[in-house]
Amino acid sequence: MKTLKTSLIAGAIAFATFGAHAADPVRIGLVLPMTGPFAAYGKQISNGVKLYLATKGDTFGGRKVEIIVKDDSPGTAGDVSKRLSQELVVKDKVDILAGFGLTPAAFASAPVATEARKPMVVMNAATSAITTKSNYIVRSSHTLPQDTAPIASWAAKNKIRKVFTLVADFGPGHDAEGQFKKTFTAAGGEIVGEVRSPVKNPDFAPFLQKIKDTRPDAVFLFLPPGAETIAFMKGFTERGLGQAGIKLIATGDLPDEDILDAMGDSALGLTTSFHYSEAHKSPENKAYTEAYYKAYPKDRPNYMSVAGYDGMHLIAEVLKKTNGNTDGDKFVEAAKGMSWVSPRGKISIDPATRDIVQTVYIRKTEKLAGKLQNVEFDQVADFKDPGKQ
Amino acid sequence: MTTTTLAGFDPAPLQRQARWQHAEYAFWLLPAAAYFAFGDQLALLSQIAITALFALSLDLILGYAGIVSLGHAAFFGMGAYTAGLMATHGWNEPLAGLAGAAVIAALAGFVTSFLVLRGSDLTRLMVTLGVALMLFELANKLTSITGGVDGLQGIEMKPILGQFAFDLYGKTAFIYATLVLFVLFWLARRIVHSPFGLGLRGIHLNMARMPALGTPVNARLVGIYTVGAAYAGIAGALLTQTTQFVSIDVLSFPRSAELLLILVLGGTGSLYGALIGTVVFMTAHHLLSGINPQYWQFWLGALLVLVVLFARDGVMGGLRALARRLPGAAK
Amino acid sequence: MTVIFDGIASGLLLFLISVGLSVTLGLMNFVNLAHGSFAMLGGYVCVVLLNRLGVPFLAALPIVAIVSALVGVALERTLYRRLYGASDLDQVLFSIGLVFMSISIAHYFFGAQQQPLQLPAMLSGQFNLPGLDVGVYRLFLIVIGLAIAVGLQWMIAGTRFGAQLRAAVDNPRTARGLGIDVDRVFVLTFALGSALAGLGGALGVEMLGLDPEFPVKYIVYFLIVVAVGGSGNIKGSLYASLIIGICDVAGKYYIPQVGAFVIYAVMVVTLIFRPQGLFGRTAAK
Repeated sequence: MKTLKTSLIAGAIAFATFGAHAADPVRIGLVLPMTGPFAAYGKQISNGVKLYLATKGDTFGGRKVEIIVKDDSPGTAGDVSKRLSQELVVKDKVDILAGFGLTPAAFASAPVATEARKPMVVMNAATSAITTKSNYIVRSSHTLPQDTAPIASWAAKNKIRKVFTLVADFGPGHDAEGQFKKTFTAAGGEIVGEVRSPVKNPDFAPFLQKIKDTRPDAVFLFLPPGAETIAFMKGFTERGLGQAGIKLIATGDLPDEDILDAMGDSALGLTTSFHYSEAHKSPENKAYTEAYYKAYPKDRPNYMSVAGYDGMHLIAEVLKKTNGNTDGDKFVEAAKGMSWVSPRGKISIDPATRDIVQTVYIRKTEKLAGKLQNVEFDQVADFKDPGKQ
Repeated sequence: MTTTTLAGFDPAPLQRQARWQHAEYAFWLLPAAAYFAFGDQLALLSQIAITALFALSLDLILGYAGIVSLGHAAFFGMGAYTAGLMATHGWNEPLAGLAGAAVIAALAGFVTSFLVLRGSDLTRLMVTLGVALMLFELANKLTSITGGVDGLQGIEMKPILGQFAFDLYGKTAFIYATLVLFVLFWLARRIVHSPFGLGLRGIHLNMARMPALGTPVNARLVGIYTVGAAYAGIAGALLTQTTQFVSIDVLSFPRSAELLLILVLGGTGSLYGALIGTVVFMTAHHLLSGINPQYWQFWLGALLVLVVLFARDGVMGGLRALARRLPGAAK
Repeated sequence: MTVIFDGIASGLLLFLISVGLSVTLGLMNFVNLAHGSFAMLGGYVCVVLLNRLGVPFLAALPIVAIVSALVGVALERTLYRRLYGASDLDQVLFSIGLVFMSISIAHYFFGAQQQPLQLPAMLSGQFNLPGLDVGVYRLFLIVIGLAIAVGLQWMIAGTRFGAQLRAAVDNPRTARGLGIDVDRVFVLTFALGSALAGLGGALGVEMLGLDPEFPVKYIVYFLIVVAVGGSGNIKGSLYASLIIGICDVAGKYYIPQVGAFVIYAVMVVTLIFRPQGLFGRTAAK
């Protein structure tokens, strides 16, 4: 492994020095929430980015890569994110903008990419419409509807007739609720109750009680990952809703590896749909997770780190194709239709929308070797974002 | 403080105070110098100017009327959304946006001012905070209008006065924001040195005594609170217009709290404290987070603690103390 | 019925996480916005004791309180005491500075993720009475919360120390003249406030989660409880917590559309009609 790595780097360096105009480094500016309520996002994405450079070499298309990280905490303030993107372009002279933990950051920064004609690689923000905001945006993560629709069709196929939806009362929550309802009712299911809980909600007792009184077959849940999801899961178990025969279904950011341990055993039996699991069985993922644990023994690899990793891979492959040319139009042209095998499975960039196409898996949360994992047992292959149709 | 002169009959010291001093002229040359010295950082500089205006608006109500607010972002956010919604509905001349934001925020300020007329500091803090938080939730509820947490997009501004378009480098934005700040600062300076402003200071110093002097206390407080709200609204509108985006964060609690920090850091009740506090805080924030994106908060926190330990009443308080120690340098 | 029970539990959770602030802000008149940092400290100490050292939950709680108290004393001696005479605003600036530092420290040592906490089996689950589902941990919170409230109220109103404290806060100079060791009273009270904050944090982890943002995330709730209750007494905080908890839970159960507004509306309305809080001492500054 190590010899392979060093020889790769050596090869890359040899190639770099051989290249004619390879002097200038490629500067990539990462706009990420590194502190504040979404610090975990920034940490995971930058972990993925750094891991790629450490394992696959830091020379893309003959040019050395330089990373500049800007903390756009809180991550939800578009004015801050936009200012930092602007600064990266104007002052730090970056060639490529990347990162973007949350939707407002991506929305606010999109005009900067358009105006400066710089490629912008979105590594997490998941609102469907993001890629339509600039022709220079390519997404390496996922979209919310993409991860939501499969669990709805799976539920309808698996004898779940009556569903109660509980989503956080904010944009992404409304999107998830809308997509779930659409797919689920189209497949013949029935929504027997719906609640939008405040985003900041330390106590789910009233909602859990309401669910218990309604007695649905399943609850569809969408909450921003964090303390709220843990509170919900613990409450769900405490009240014995599982024993009452109520299933819990959600998108996979709920039992994300970063907070799975904090949820504890209350996450067992949860069924989710998502594009990445640490427990995904493939040689690529095995190599990825092993390298990850070696580099970051205190963290667990999750979907955000993979999106950072794949985002770097995309940049690397594009620059290989363009011989290190980072011109916005050429970059995007080269990125369209690109496909590769990521730790999450086979993925590609939709030439029409510049958005990601990937397999979405249905998983159950189980304990493997004493560790909580999301184990995949079903899948929807090569699934495009349904939010853009 | 120089407030002891209030008791005297001689108006001369007051007039002297109202006059512009050399240091002030020098201060206002700084933005021009910054424009040339940091030409590649204009985006940051214009946000500093906007935040300075926002801090100024809080200083009007806290520094001069003694009303502590932990919910001032309510007016900032209302201004931001007003300007944003005006622009998305086809009314995208920037100056009209500022005016609209000022009017809406002033109305909101007028209505809510009656809630903060009485009560202790803690009570006022919490009432303003409560109002702002409810407004935040409301903006979140009205996602179809405000864009909710995803933000309000599609804001396109016309060039200012049909002449100056906003650019990627932030040149127009910076000059625009700085000019607005200067004009409003000048106006604020007039206000606080007018009889109206002096009456306010009297209320701040001794609430019980002013009615005896014939000052209509409540009317004065309502008045300044309304003005402060309008100022905050204009600051919000500037942010919207220069970034062409409104995120719900403009109404958030951290934004109010940070503003209070900035003002206290700079020193209340001098107008310049608000400006200096903003420059110090935002520059420190920017430099520290550039050096260490992950743990910069530690150093910023340490800075705040040190300022409190060594300079009471913020940077301005520290400067005043310093000026007193230097013989002959005192004004 | 269950709704009311949950409301009471929710209220007492609020009470537990903010009672430390009722002591430092309410009794000592120090605007200690770093209260949440002490709570977070308690939370992390608890998590470390449980997960790394294998200490049982119930045994960990007193240790948490002691550690928090010691840290509180250390900070009081070195920093806080210098600011007793400072203005409210300076105290705000100072304590927010501490909050920023504590966030970074927690981030550095524990990372940004949520910390796991596994309750012992005897405290988890639920038992059912006719018409009422009782969560065991919620019941546990109610019992502890009430015990602390009664104990504190007795200490402040009924003991010599309580009288000394009230005297020291109201007029330190006179208190000194009467032979009260004001310094000692303040240190002890601050230690008590810190211990309670730490304890509240540890008890809250199960329901509120624990990450470096904890001190900021819940600061609004702490302040609401103290403001609505009225500074200067524990009884007020308890009643305020109960009212807010019950209104919040009932509001979310019956009219979820306005769920997010209830808590703030209750606060604003209360403060409009009773600017000093429910049980405010009008003599307080």
